[in-house]
Amino acid sequence: MAERGKTAIDRERCKGCGLCAAFCPRGIISLAPEINSRGYHPAVVTDPGACTGCARCARMCPDVVIMVERVEAA
Amino acid sequence: MATMFARPEALTANPFHYCPGCTHGVIHRLVAEVIDELGIRENTVAVASVGCSVLAYNYFNVDVQQAAHGRAPAVATGIKRVLPDRVVFTYQGDGDLASIGTAEIVHAAARGEKITVIFVNNANYGMTGGQLAPTTLPGQVTTTSPSGRDVTRAGYPIRMVEMLATLDGPAYLARASVHNPAQVVKAKKMLRRAFEVQMQGLGFALVEVLSSCPTNWGLKPVEALRWLEKNMLPYYPTGEFKCLQQAV
Amino acid sequence: MKTLMKGNEAIGEAAILAGCRYFFGYPITPQTELPEYLARRLPEVNGVFLQAESEVAAINMVYGAAGAGARVMTSSSGPGISLKQEGISYIAAAELPCVIVDIMRGGPGLGGIQPSQSDYFQATRGGGHGDYRLIVLAPASVQEMADLTGLAFELADRYRNPVLLLGDGVLGQMMEPVSFNPLPAGETVKPWATTGCRGRERNVVNTLYLNPEELEAVNHRLQEKYRLIEARECRAETYCTQDAEIVVVAFGIAARIAKAAVDGARAEGVRAGLVRPVTLWPFPYRMLAGVLKRAKAALVVEMNAGQMLEDVRLAAEGCVPVSFYGRTGGMLPGSRAVLEQIRLLGGKKYGHYVRPA
Repeated sequence: MAERGKTAIDRERCKGCGLCAAFCPRGIISLAPEINSRGYHPAVVTDPGACTGCARCARMCPDVVIMVERVEAA
Repeated sequence: MATMFARPEALTANPFHYCPGCTHGVIHRLVAEVIDELGIRENTVAVASVGCSVLAYNYFNVDVQQAAHGRAPAVATGIKRVLPDRVVFTYQGDGDLASIGTAEIVHAAARGEKITVIFVNNANYGMTGGQLAPTTLPGQVTTTSPSGRDVTRAGYPIRMVEMLATLDGPAYLARASVHNPAQVVKAKKMLRRAFEVQMQGLGFALVEVLSSCPTNWGLKPVEALRWLEKNMLPYYPTGEFKCLQQAV
Repeated sequence: MKTLMKGNEAIGEAAILAGCRYFFGYPITPQTELPEYLARRLPEVNGVFLQAESEVAAINMVYGAAGAGARVMTSSSGPGISLKQEGISYIAAAELPCVIVDIMRGGPGLGGIQPSQSDYFQATRGGGHGDYRLIVLAPASVQEMADLTGLAFELADRYRNPVLLLGDGVLGQMMEPVSFNPLPAGETVKPWATTGCRGRERNVVNTLYLNPEELEAVNHRLQEKYRLIEARECRAETYCTQDAEIVVVAFGIAARIAKAAVDGARAEGVRAGLVRPVTLWPFPYRMLAGVLKRAKAALVVEMNAGQMLEDVRLAAEGCVPVSFYGRTGGMLPGSRAVLEQIRLLGGKKYGHYVRPA
């Protein structure tokens, strides 16, 4: 059974440093064009379906704003 | 559904004040994860230092004492001698530990004080705006070495772990880095060992963690990690320098 | 039962009786007998003696131990107390109880190793940075070294404030019979101590307040505590002050010398008396002012160039002339020399021949 990931990024606490995007092996994280209430461009998952749940983004996130779950795909 | 990654309990809900991309936050999280995994959150006393991590007491969800600049190992000594069955750790930067607090760290290590020291090396004084630190690399530009560190005048960087490894007191000495996910995983293992060594009563433990300072290095967060890898790693090699398995 | 002991050792024994089990210090003359005594005694009572790498480290170990809830002590002399000032400011700011012993020697600089009282300003005016106060106790005998050590621990816990026991090389080195009075047992509860947060909210011992409003509120709270200590804890000994026209004011060993001079003056028919402040902070202004109100002149005797003199003048508020006799550098004032000063004040119609200080 295949597994896939579910990544949730807290946009309001994100400082837009981009480390998650740089280390995502699927290249599915980028910085949003709009800004959050603190003036940062928060990271967003552009293709949630392609996430494997490897959590490299979360591991590199200096602000602990990324939650990762791994779900079994039907 | 399995949670792969969530905020550790040993971190409070307070957002970090660190600059975007500063890896202090990664190191905070790793320490907190280790505390959670070892189940010692309610049995731990942390000692915060002076520098960028001065506000660490806002983030670690444990009892904390805030120490004067460089004195964290002495404060931790006082705590540990009173409460030998608690886990005591300090979190210090390079200016704090390797400059103004050199005497305190060397002697805590020499005494084999049963504390864990997290030493964050980002090769400059971050909090005050990027001045020359004892760990600043030769040629590195800082606000107080505007033409680059001239070793004939400002001297050479100190490799703290190697220096402390000449002592008999330390039980565990290691240098880690957090410039990519694989290194982050390795760093966590070393941090975990540094806590276990204390819990086993083996002696003094210290992990130096190479960390980025995008703001004061004048680099974007990703570039800063590349700079760290290219420039700091050759001068400050990672690895375990001392690893006692049992008391001597 | 009385034991013949050095003052420094009497402090050590009294500290153990007061429940102190932790000592962090560094050798310096003329206080070294105290760490030496505790290095021997503390392990016998399951305590910890640790010779630190420096005075700076020692006072920070005190900070850590006090923050962890222990009764803890350090000791030194002037040059070492100077080094401790950073830590003392932090301890006062964090409101941690501890006892600091200062056995004074001559200064400034490396000075000498003979007795002195030249650290009065340092002890009573801070010495470190910021608006803070230490409770300062000044014993005048080996017995009082012991008694005030017990009191020091009590006051430290009661007010969550560092207490400085201010002696000098004479008191530290001399031997006198001393009896140790048992203290009322009773563990001080310290719910603020950092002991691991099992079953409660986490505790933080901190002195950093980046918000100025918050820091001002902290300062107000500290000042309120200091006013309370001033109202409650002033202590002084008076001797022959009921009808005294010349009031000698001296503390510590200088007061014992001055007492002999007062006796000499009385024998010559001069109505002299003595006020000996026991708490140098809070200074017994009101009590001294009451005595000075009835007097014609005051004479301050110190082993320094005139430090407590300033507090006596504040107490006198210009009502009586205040003159001064002091020796410095480790020299002791002789009682005969002090008597001569009393004669100068009292021999001519009171106040007519007062030498300005």
